[in-house]
Amino acid sequence: MALTFLEGNEAIARGAMAAGCRFFAGYPITPATSIYHQMLQLLPPLGGVCMQGEDEIASIGFCLGASMAGMKAMTATSGPGISLYSEQISFAIGGEIPLVIVDVQRLGPSTGSATKGADGDIQFLRWGNTGGLPVIVLAPVDVKDCYLLTMHAFNLAEQYRCPVFIASNKEIAMTRESFDLDGLVVPTVIQRTLCPADHSGHPFEPLSGELVPPFLPMGGSRLSRQTSSTHGPEGYITTDPAIIEQGVLRLKEKLHGTVDDYTFFDLDEQHGDEILLLVYGVTSRAAQTAVVELRAKGCKVSLLILKTLYPVPQNLLRRVIEGKKEIVMIEMNHGQYVREIERLAGPVPIRFYGQMNGELISPGSIVKEVGA
Amino acid sequence: MTTFLNTGRPPVFCPGCSHEKVVHGLDGALQALKLTGEKIAIVSDIGCAGLFDTFFNTHAFHGLHGRALTYAAGLKMARPDLTVIVIMGDGGLGIGGAHVLSSCRRNMDLTLLILNNFNYGMTGGQCSATTPMDAKTTSNFLNQLEKPLDICRVAEAAGAPYVDRTMASSKGLSNQIAAAIRYPGFSLMDIWGICPGRYLKRNRITLTQLEEEMERTTGTSGPIAANEREEYSAHYQRLAAASQPVGEIPRIAASCEAPPMDQRSEVLLLGAAGQYINTAGEILCLAGMSGGLHVTQKNDYPITVLRGHSVSEVVLDRKPVGYTGINKPSVILCLAPEGIARKKAMFGSLTQETLVIKGSELVLPDTGAKVIDIDFAGLNIKSSQRALAALAVLTGQGSVLTQEMLLAGISHRYHGKMLEEAMAVTARFFCC
Repeated sequence: MALTFLEGNEAIARGAMAAGCRFFAGYPITPATSIYHQMLQLLPPLGGVCMQGEDEIASIGFCLGASMAGMKAMTATSGPGISLYSEQISFAIGGEIPLVIVDVQRLGPSTGSATKGADGDIQFLRWGNTGGLPVIVLAPVDVKDCYLLTMHAFNLAEQYRCPVFIASNKEIAMTRESFDLDGLVVPTVIQRTLCPADHSGHPFEPLSGELVPPFLPMGGSRLSRQTSSTHGPEGYITTDPAIIEQGVLRLKEKLHGTVDDYTFFDLDEQHGDEILLLVYGVTSRAAQTAVVELRAKGCKVSLLILKTLYPVPQNLLRRVIEGKKEIVMIEMNHGQYVREIERLAGPVPIRFYGQMNGELISPGSIVKEVGA
Repeated sequence: MTTFLNTGRPPVFCPGCSHEKVVHGLDGALQALKLTGEKIAIVSDIGCAGLFDTFFNTHAFHGLHGRALTYAAGLKMARPDLTVIVIMGDGGLGIGGAHVLSSCRRNMDLTLLILNNFNYGMTGGQCSATTPMDAKTTSNFLNQLEKPLDICRVAEAAGAPYVDRTMASSKGLSNQIAAAIRYPGFSLMDIWGICPGRYLKRNRITLTQLEEEMERTTGTSGPIAANEREEYSAHYQRLAAASQPVGEIPRIAASCEAPPMDQRSEVLLLGAAGQYINTAGEILCLAGMSGGLHVTQKNDYPITVLRGHSVSEVVLDRKPVGYTGINKPSVILCLAPEGIARKKAMFGSLTQETLVIKGSELVLPDTGAKVIDIDFAGLNIKSSQRALAALAVLTGQGSVLTQEMLLAGISHRYHGKMLEEAMAVTARFFCC
């Protein structure tokens, strides 16, 4: 078996290429910059486009334009850049523009610490848009996930016509790691569904019984319309409450109703368990070590590592939580995703442990917290 | 030619609005150019100018305020064969100023029509980036404090190869727009007009007065020779076609046997900028992989490079590495005071289970670790070679790393003369 030796950012770039990404635009920011550098090496020789925007707003704007022409597009930044993306993210949601957005999280608030890791943008990714309609957020644990989840992110963006976030972390992005790339079982690459000839040609009209409209590319043989305004199926601004509501419900339902199809997770269940340890992202690695130690000490503990954070995989969570005596949730922030768990836990008590000092949460801290 | 106007969606501008003249001017230009709607994309901004995309039977893209040029740029790079026309008002010009400047510098084949009526019409007549200082607006006295922007002069200075200024009421408007669209690069038109709903309510101006005002402005109309150059997307494609494809991701196969390990091994390399600390960490990883181990590496150095500490943290294990932090290092290579200072808090708790290999001139904080001193200077080993030399010393300790693994790691990292040099350095520290 031969292994590769890549950092998370490099794996994201390679995963994007494997998923058919042909357009990237970004603005340099630590710790996301090496994704841009990789794409700059990978795309031009293949006839793809890689651009450096004058700012983050332009970078994501380029991506939206290219995506509407039918290209698979990606951008990458860190928290300060996500702030600037915000308005364009709302547009991608409302205009149903497929796009993969990588957030290599660094310690906030604000400019924060460029070279320190954190998971401090989790709720921001979910709610940092106007209107609050759902988005997809995937959280990698390691370099392998960076590759695999980026491929899934492209597939989901194409399939559901929406922005899909990769919630990475400096501690994965800039850590090099050996892994068996050749042993990965990668998903089949999904292409955007184009508008069939017998379709009305209305750019936001799904086929009967479906929730996602087929795609009419800008520059195609049939005229296409895109608008950031509240619109009906024809893509023109509307004030009709019935049409508005129908459109909004469709945007909600196309993700909330389908999350079971892309709920990624690792569950290590112990028979007769009492405690459920719940983590995501790079902290999962410390949790895996901690669980071995805890079980050796006689602690009855199961470990759930979530990789699909949004839409919240409620069915999975309810099923796993049921019957547990206690949940311990650990995050590299001071309590973000735990809010979702509190909603779903019912009578099961939750203990939370968070850390936001730029350091990884250690297995020792988790053992101490769970064993307490 | 037949009109491009969308008869189902006629213009809805206030009576007397200059924007409507530009709608017809643009329609005339598109007809004169003998284009078809499928080959045109109109990208509109926000405000009254943002209504434009709905009036035409072309591809239509309406987005956020000031950002129209960003979508247009992505669209054009994806589909260079499309004719892309961007419509914005003086509001979009102001809020999207960075994109206007960058578009001038970029010279992508886009046509930007700025519908300049000197105020924010749709939101109620506030001052914009082009409002005269003596005008009356709903921004009270604020426009008296800011000088209006002459976008034609700015665009020329920013590198736009085609700049034109005209009146929305100009008889030649269609021809002028057609010439701008025909220009094979970035073209910008500053089209002056009257906003009867807002601006005219407070400012008694006439088209004649505006024309006279325009007469007084200076600047070129049409191509600007000094700024003419290759168009961006064609230029990009030319340069991209000459770039070399990136190779496959290298694979490292296990080629030798790692020493027995009952638990994972954590190795810290503590040095300074210029000592190839990160490279030595990488070589250690490649050596580990050559010995069939799993590895992780992360580096720590200041944001400004070429000075200060350089630290590399490596974890080696028989199974995939979980936690990537350092709990209790089994080996620390100390090569410069900067690196030691960075981790000084760690030394006090170390026991004989940790091996420190250090330059003999370096002073450690009090520690219970086992220490091996190497007189690198006395052995004539350059600062930049000491991390690699320390790895060679480590191979003699019977744990973590063997000579065979290190040689395999070096061979994966270096080639040619660099490889020979690295081999020569390590050979001096290999014990037989």
